[in-house]
Amino acid sequence: MLALGGCAGPLSVLDPAGPHAASVATLWWVMLGGAVLLAGLVFALLAVAMVRRHRDDRVADRTWIVGLGLAMPSVVLLALLGYALFVGGRILPTPAPDTVTIGVEARRYAWAFRDPAGRVSENVLHIPAGRPVDLVITATDVIHSFWVPRLAGKMDAIPGHPNRLRIVAARPGLYRGECAEYCGTGHRDHGFTVIAHDAAGWTARERGAR
Amino acid sequence: MKALRLHRELTAIWRTEPGLRGQLRSVNHSDMGRRFILGAFFFFAVGGVLAMLIRAQLATPHSAFVGPAVYNQLFTMHGSIMMFLFAIPMFEGLAMYLLPKMLGARDLAYPRLSALGWWCYVFGGSILIAAMLAGVAPDAGWFLYPPLSGKTYTPGINSDVWLLGVTFVEISAMCAAIEIAVSILKLRAPGMRLDRMPLFAWYMLATAGMMIFGFPPLILGSILLEVERAFGWPFYAPELGGSPLLWQHLFWLFGHPEVYIIFLPAAGAVSTILPVMARTKILGYGALVAAVMALAFLSFGLWVHHMFTTGIPHMALGFFSAASTLVAIPTAVQVFAWLGTLWAGRPQLKLPMLYLIGFFIVFVLGGLTGVMLAVVPFDAQAHDTAFVTAHLHYVLVGGFVFPMLAAAYYWLPHFTGRGRVMRLGEAAFWLILIGFNLTFFLMHLTGLLGMPRRIDTYPEGMGWTWLNLLSSVGSFLMAFGFALFAIDVALQIWLGRLHKRNPWGAGTLEWAMATPAPAYNFASLAVVEGRDPLEDRPDLPAVLARGDGWLGHARHGWRETMAVDMVSGAPDHIAILPTNSWLPITTAATLGGFFLSMLAGLYPLAPLFLVLVAMLGWRWAWSNGQRRDFGPLPAGPGGAMLPIAAETRGTTGWWGSVFALTASGTLFASLLFGYAFLWTVAPDWPPPQLIARAPFELVLAIAGAVVAAVAVRRGQWPAALAGQGAIVVAMVLLIALRLPAPTSHAYAATGATVAAYVIFHAALAVVMLAFLRARISAGFVGGQRQGEPRIVRLWSDHAAGAGIVAALVIALPGWFA
Repeated sequence: MLALGGCAGPLSVLDPAGPHAASVATLWWVMLGGAVLLAGLVFALLAVAMVRRHRDDRVADRTWIVGLGLAMPSVVLLALLGYALFVGGRILPTPAPDTVTIGVEARRYAWAFRDPAGRVSENVLHIPAGRPVDLVITATDVIHSFWVPRLAGKMDAIPGHPNRLRIVAARPGLYRGECAEYCGTGHRDHGFTVIAHDAAGWTARERGAR
Repeated sequence: MKALRLHRELTAIWRTEPGLRGQLRSVNHSDMGRRFILGAFFFFAVGGVLAMLIRAQLATPHSAFVGPAVYNQLFTMHGSIMMFLFAIPMFEGLAMYLLPKMLGARDLAYPRLSALGWWCYVFGGSILIAAMLAGVAPDAGWFLYPPLSGKTYTPGINSDVWLLGVTFVEISAMCAAIEIAVSILKLRAPGMRLDRMPLFAWYMLATAGMMIFGFPPLILGSILLEVERAFGWPFYAPELGGSPLLWQHLFWLFGHPEVYIIFLPAAGAVSTILPVMARTKILGYGALVAAVMALAFLSFGLWVHHMFTTGIPHMALGFFSAASTLVAIPTAVQVFAWLGTLWAGRPQLKLPMLYLIGFFIVFVLGGLTGVMLAVVPFDAQAHDTAFVTAHLHYVLVGGFVFPMLAAAYYWLPHFTGRGRVMRLGEAAFWLILIGFNLTFFLMHLTGLLGMPRRIDTYPEGMGWTWLNLLSSVGSFLMAFGFALFAIDVALQIWLGRLHKRNPWGAGTLEWAMATPAPAYNFASLAVVEGRDPLEDRPDLPAVLARGDGWLGHARHGWRETMAVDMVSGAPDHIAILPTNSWLPITTAATLGGFFLSMLAGLYPLAPLFLVLVAMLGWRWAWSNGQRRDFGPLPAGPGGAMLPIAAETRGTTGWWGSVFALTASGTLFASLLFGYAFLWTVAPDWPPPQLIARAPFELVLAIAGAVVAAVAVRRGQWPAALAGQGAIVVAMVLLIALRLPAPTSHAYAATGATVAAYVIFHAALAVVMLAFLRARISAGFVGGQRQGEPRIVRLWSDHAAGAGIVAALVIALPGWFA
């Protein structure tokens, strides 16, 4: 998929760097394929209807309304919903033994991250690579939204309503994050960096905290 | 000769007076329809210019064209204008102009209310435009999320401009919704059964119903936010027991149905135009009606899909995701019914059909991305990015603008009576279609590459640069297309040659009249025996003009039209419509005084304007009715006799009250939902201080309600007045003595708002009861004329019922604590 030239980018949903983002990217390609087929069907029917000459080969009303209008989308949508529930269930923050929990507090226009040892870092989120990380996300002023497109979907940071989001980075590295919910004149610069450490680096960080 | 005499007599009764005075006093539905359409197109142009500025800013990275403060106003105003000042007024205008003509009637049910709506739209829209020119336009995004839009983070009047201006405009939407619903149900040609109605009327009936239930949550949300900003009552502030999520629920409870409110009228136009272009009948009339009703119902069950990333529990996400995908099924039924119609007919590629092809292409793509966004894990990635911007433009431009362009070319000969001049419309079509797709198709990818909405500049190296540049180029192509369209229409209006009637060979009644339409529409009303009355009887226009249908006469200077049985379309009575008046514009201006004094922070002045509005309302209501019985009057061919509205039951006035109270009841229910929502979800609940036990107020409110309900049925007006008065006293005491201060906690603020709602309605009932006594003394009520007491009973009962609910909701926590 990375071979698809235009799809890479520091904030690209289509260039996933973790299992959650990867399953959503796959979901997207599947849906895109389905959408191309369905749009092709409709446009072909439209084109033929406009140009065809023999009007005596009437298609029954029932075929249009019940067959194409009711049955076809019902089957497609049921399959899609099943697939979506499966993907949705996999990315939930379900209990796991090696989970790291980090507090996220958004404000205009910065991010504060509180690691399990209580250390606060500004605009840089340190996580271990290859382990599930649960973020407890809130805000102190207006609504923001925490989003690291290459790792997972976004979650709103709402004053008074802490939300939980699980992210996983498959490999160590640097990932960009940004605020997805409009929060005022500084919204465009309300970004942050995620540093995913390898096992040794994470252990060193934890040791440094003691 | 008879036709000419009838034309002169009816024109004298129905015409708009000449000059400026006539324009200000006009209540005619054709005038109002044309005005709404032109006004909406003006705002479309303004919103379009704002879009040009947005695209100019985003064309290159690190752009310094406008700063973030201005940019935030640009996109907020672009969205707000296109939603509230373009889309809704545009279809209202089309419906106002067309519906009576399609239904074979002479006007809408409440002509003066349409005029009031028009002036509210003009004044409210002017507030928004004036604020923009002054540089204090709303800047918190078109959905105005608190706390960003609250006093702390938007200290200026920017948010107040939105809350007050848009609410002012919504008065016009509510007026239109009630009017359209009642007109479709009651004011049709004799014999037009429900299943013979033109499909456009079905679509508009569903739309009007959705507006009646959809707008009150937004109006409530806006009132609460304005009260929070003006008086510090905390509804959305989490530190005092409010929740920003309450706004999101109320907003999207309106906002999602709103999408279908905009789409359905356009789909109604498609269902009308497409079979004519294909020279056949629509396929699946019944299936389409069922699909429209299903859409209207389902659209209220999926507002949460705008909030998938706010931390909704997994089970609820599954439910709303399923509901959101389900809505694709009735849409698919419509799409395939239209395709089947084209398949069965012999379509001609005339200009309206060309725009319908544009509609198919753009709308189907928007629908497919809509299904994608209904899938929660994908939405979590795409939400709040350019992908969503692309999707919503595909749906709204595809589902509304393209059908409206088709409708413009299809019905323009009806407005003007003229034919086309040059073939600019084809060039406009290709510019709009190519420009639109260049702008927005690429934006899907921009969004997937991570570009969020509502940022004013972006760095290089994200992969967004070339996409944004091409989008900007496309948007300017599209703008040229719309300019060409406007020129084409203007040329046709001024230079087009007079054209024969019914140029498309349509079968619906709006073409059974002279074009441009006479002020009275039809000199007599048709008897309808099928879905295409004009096709069944090609000589219908001449028959009607001769006065050989129903009501083919002029008498007493009355504006008469037929009221029919809702289902069977059997003639029921003669509705007598009000004539030209100063009241709509003066009432709207007085309402404007209220909104402006709120905006200026002159809070003590604001209630004075409401008192003035009540006085104007009194005069308005006083101007209707008769002081004597006329008995059944000649109405139709063959000597058929019918009573006039004042002497019968089930009038448009009664039904209008039922729908108005339904809307108000929806607002009250939304308020109670807010109360329950905060109690279960918001932080800092239960509140530190609950209500003091209030046995006296509880008993007083319930007793007052019972007395009012019994007395209003027995015609004991003083006792009914006393009952409503007791409700007012009980509610005032609850706020003043029992509840904690409303500024202290969301609990007290919502409680006081519940009581305030009841005070408003009970006070209204008091005024109406006083009005009724005066009307009885003046001789307007008596004999067969018993309609007004029945209407007052509705309003009195609503106040009494709300009083009991409010007393229980407010007082009970004090007991259980």
